Amino acid sequence: MTRQDVVITGIGLVSSLGEGPDTHWDILSRPGAAPVLDEATFAPWPVHPLPALNLDAQIPKKGDQRQMEPWQRLGTYAAGLAIDQAGARGLVSDMHLIVAAGGGERDVAVDEAVATALCTTPPAEAGPILNERLATDLRPTLFLAQLSNLLAGNISIVHGVTGSSRTFMGEEQAAADAVRIAAARLSEGRGGIALVGGAYASQRWDLVLLYGAGGAVWRGPFAPVSARPDPGGFVGGALGAFLVLETAGHAAARGAKPLARLAGVATDVAHVRAGGGAARAAQALHARLGAPAGAGLGVLSGMTGVAEARAEEDAFLATLGAIAVRRTGSLLGHGVEAAFPANVALGALALSRGGFYPAMDPADAGDGAVERILVTGFGQWRGEALALLERAA
Amino acid sequence: MKDHLGRPLVAVTGIGIVTPLAWGREASWAAVKAGKSGISRIRRFPVDKLRTTIAGTVELPEEAAGGPVASSPLRVERMAAAAIEEALAQAALGTGGAFPGPLMLGMPPVEYEWPQRFELARQANGDGSYRAALGVAAGRQDLYETFMFGGVGEHLAVRFGTTGAPIALTTACATGASAIQMAVEAIQRGEAAAAIALGADGSVQPEAVIRFSLLSALTARNDAPEKASRPFEKTRDGFVMSEGAAALVLESLEHATARGATVLGILSGCGERADSFHRTRSNPDGHAIIGAMRNAIADAGLAPADVGYVNAHGTGTPENDKMETLGMRAVFGEAPPPISSNKSMIGHTLSAAGAIEAAFSLLTIRDQVLPPTINHNEPDPAITLDVVPNVARSVSGLRHVLSNSFGFGGQNVCLVVSAAP
Repeated sequence: MTRQDVVITGIGLVSSLGEGPDTHWDILSRPGAAPVLDEATFAPWPVHPLPALNLDAQIPKKGDQRQMEPWQRLGTYAAGLAIDQAGARGLVSDMHLIVAAGGGERDVAVDEAVATALCTTPPAEAGPILNERLATDLRPTLFLAQLSNLLAGNISIVHGVTGSSRTFMGEEQAAADAVRIAAARLSEGRGGIALVGGAYASQRWDLVLLYGAGGAVWRGPFAPVSARPDPGGFVGGALGAFLVLETAGHAAARGAKPLARLAGVATDVAHVRAGGGAARAAQALHARLGAPAGAGLGVLSGMTGVAEARAEEDAFLATLGAIAVRRTGSLLGHGVEAAFPANVALGALALSRGGFYPAMDPADAGDGAVERILVTGFGQWRGEALALLERAA
Repeated sequence: MKDHLGRPLVAVTGIGIVTPLAWGREASWAAVKAGKSGISRIRRFPVDKLRTTIAGTVELPEEAAGGPVASSPLRVERMAAAAIEEALAQAALGTGGAFPGPLMLGMPPVEYEWPQRFELARQANGDGSYRAALGVAAGRQDLYETFMFGGVGEHLAVRFGTTGAPIALTTACATGASAIQMAVEAIQRGEAAAAIALGADGSVQPEAVIRFSLLSALTARNDAPEKASRPFEKTRDGFVMSEGAAALVLESLEHATARGATVLGILSGCGERADSFHRTRSNPDGHAIIGAMRNAIADAGLAPADVGYVNAHGTGTPENDKMETLGMRAVFGEAPPPISSNKSMIGHTLSAAGAIEAAFSLLTIRDQVLPPTINHNEPDPAITLDVVPNVARSVSGLRHVLSNSFGFGGQNVCLVVSAAP
C-alpha cells in the first residue's frame, strides 16, 4: 500500500482566549499573555471559561442550536471554523469525520433536587418516585444533547459532513487516536479529506466531579501547570479544536494551501505509569516518529498539571534537546478530548506563520527558529501520544 | 491471502457471545435458531410508573445471587471480558494475558448512575448538590476509573494484554459494527496481525429506559414481553432495550493460516455512510443506508447478487424497518435475499448489536441455517421482504452475509461476512 503525505489545511480553534487563528496567534505570539479565568463560579476549582460565540455564524438554524447544549455547540462551531479555513464547504459530503467525545451535559438542577430528595429513602420506595420524577423532569432533547456520538451527528447535520462518522471515547487518548487514525486512513487512500477533533465545555459540575474524584482537578488559586504542587491537577479549559486533514495530493489538486504537514502521530498506553513507565513509552513513540531532536525542534506540550503525568513528561522532555518547550495548558487550560487536537492546531498555526510562541509557563525554556514541532499528550490518567508537524512543502 | 484490492484478507478465528439468552456462544445461538425470546419483565429495579417495563437483561452471577445491582460500566466490562475469553479460547490465541494486537471496544457512553449520586448525597449528609458531592468524592479512584470513558478499555487491555492504546468508540446503534470495522482496518493497514473487536452494552437502568422511552423509541407491550419485539411485522411499535456483548478475534488470513488456526469466516467488507438529515431519523430517500450497504458489498469485491442473506438492523420501530426495506429494494432490486432480525429474540442490544449480529452472521454461514424473525403474525404489506418468519430455515451454499447497523445520529455501518476460502 502506497502511503500518501497528509497535510493540515484548516484549523478550527475556540478557547477561553477567543476564536480563530488570528486571535490565537495575536495573543500567543506576544510575550506576557495572561490566561482568562473564572475562579469564582466553581471555587475552589478554577476554570477557563468559554468565550462569547456568535453561534449563528456556524449554526445558522435556531432549531439546531436548541437541540444542543454548550458542549455540542462548541464542537460544532469549532468544526465549522476548520471547514471554513480549509475552504472545504463544497467537500463535506465525502469528508470523513472522527470526533473524540466525552459525555454531554446533564440537567444539574434535576440531578441535585432528585439526589437531595431521595438519597436516604429506601431503594424499594425511592425507585417508583425516581421513575416518576425522571419521566416528568427530563427533557427528551437533553438525551440527544447528552449522547456522545451526537456531537458527530450534529456536525453531520449542521455542516453536512457525511463521508463517515466515528466517535472515540477515552479522554485525552481518544483524541490522539482520532488524529492518528484519521491521518492513517487518508494516508492509505481511504478518502481524500477528513475532519477530526473534539470539544470540552469546562464550566460543568458533572465534569469537575467526574475528574475530581480521581484527584485530577486542580483545587486552589490558579497556578501554571508546572507550579501546582503534588498531586497537582488540571484546570479545565473551554476548548473546541478541529483539524481538516487532507492528502497532499488532494489539497494540491484543489489549490488548497497547507498550513503544515502532519508527519506522524504515535500513541500508546503505559499501564504502569509512575517510575518511568510513561516516559519510556513516550521515548518509544518518539523513536517511532523518527526521533526528531535538537536544533529546530519546538515542543508544544499538552501537560495537564497532574503531578504523576507531569513528572513522567518532564523526564521525557529532558531527553529531547528541543530548542524550545511550551506548556500550552498554562494559558488555555486543559481541554481533555480537545487538548491534543488544539495543540496540533497551534503547531500548524505556528508553522504557517513561520514563527513559534514565547514562554507560556514559568518552566518553559529555550528560544530560536523552529522548523518542526512535536506535540505531546500525556493523559491525566492514562495514555501517551506524540504528533510531529513539519513545514508544508 | 489478499483481497481484490490487494489488502490482507481478515479472518475470524474466535467468537464469544453473551446475550439475555445465555452467557456463551453456542447456547445463545442455539436459542436464537430455536426462535426463543430473551425478553422479560425488568426485575433489576422497580418499574412502577414506567411506560416500558420490559427489556432483555444480562445479570451478573453475583446479582443473580442477590448482590447489589452493578453499574452499566461494570456490567459492560464483565460481559466484555466473558466474550473475549470465549473468543480467545476458540481462537487459541493470546490466552495467556498477552494478545498480539489492539482492542477495539464498542461500548456505550457511561456516567454516574443514581445509586452513585444517592451514595454521595448520603455521605454529604443529605445534600445532593454537585458541590457537596465533590467534597466527599475526593480520593474515590473507584468512581474515577469506573466512569471515565477510558476506564473499561484500560481494564480490559491490562487483563488481556492487548497492544497499544485500547480504542473505545461509539456510533450509537452501529457501535459494534464500527468496532469490527476499526479492527479490520488496523489489520489491513498492517498495524497488527490480529485484533480483538468487541461490542458490549449493559444500559438497562432506570434513567436510560426513561430517556429512550421519552424519545418514543421503545415498545410498551409489557403484558407479553416475549412477543414485544416484532421487527418487520405490521403491529410493530418500537424496540426493546437489551444487553449483551460479542467479541471477535480477527487476524490476517496469513497469520491464521501460518499458525494452523481454524478459520471461521472472512470479514470481507465494511461500508459506512453518515446521514445529515435528522438526529433520530434517516433521510426519507434512504441514501445513507443504501450507500452503506452498497459500500460494504463493493468493499468485499462482490455484487449484490452474491449476498445470500441479510442480518437486519431490524429494530422493530416503524421507521427503521420501513427504511431498511427501502434500502433492501434499492440495493437488491426485485429479488432481495432473505433478511431476518436477531432483535426479534434478543432485543436491541444497542452498542453490542453490530458485533453480536456479525457473530450470528458467521454462525449462520457455519451452520447454513437462517435464524428466524419471530413474532411475525401479521405481515406488513409495506415490507416486501422474505423475513424468515418465525421458524429458522436450512439453506445450502450460503457464502456471503450482509449485516446492517444503522444508528441514531445518522451513523450507518454495514459488514459483509463470508465463508472461509
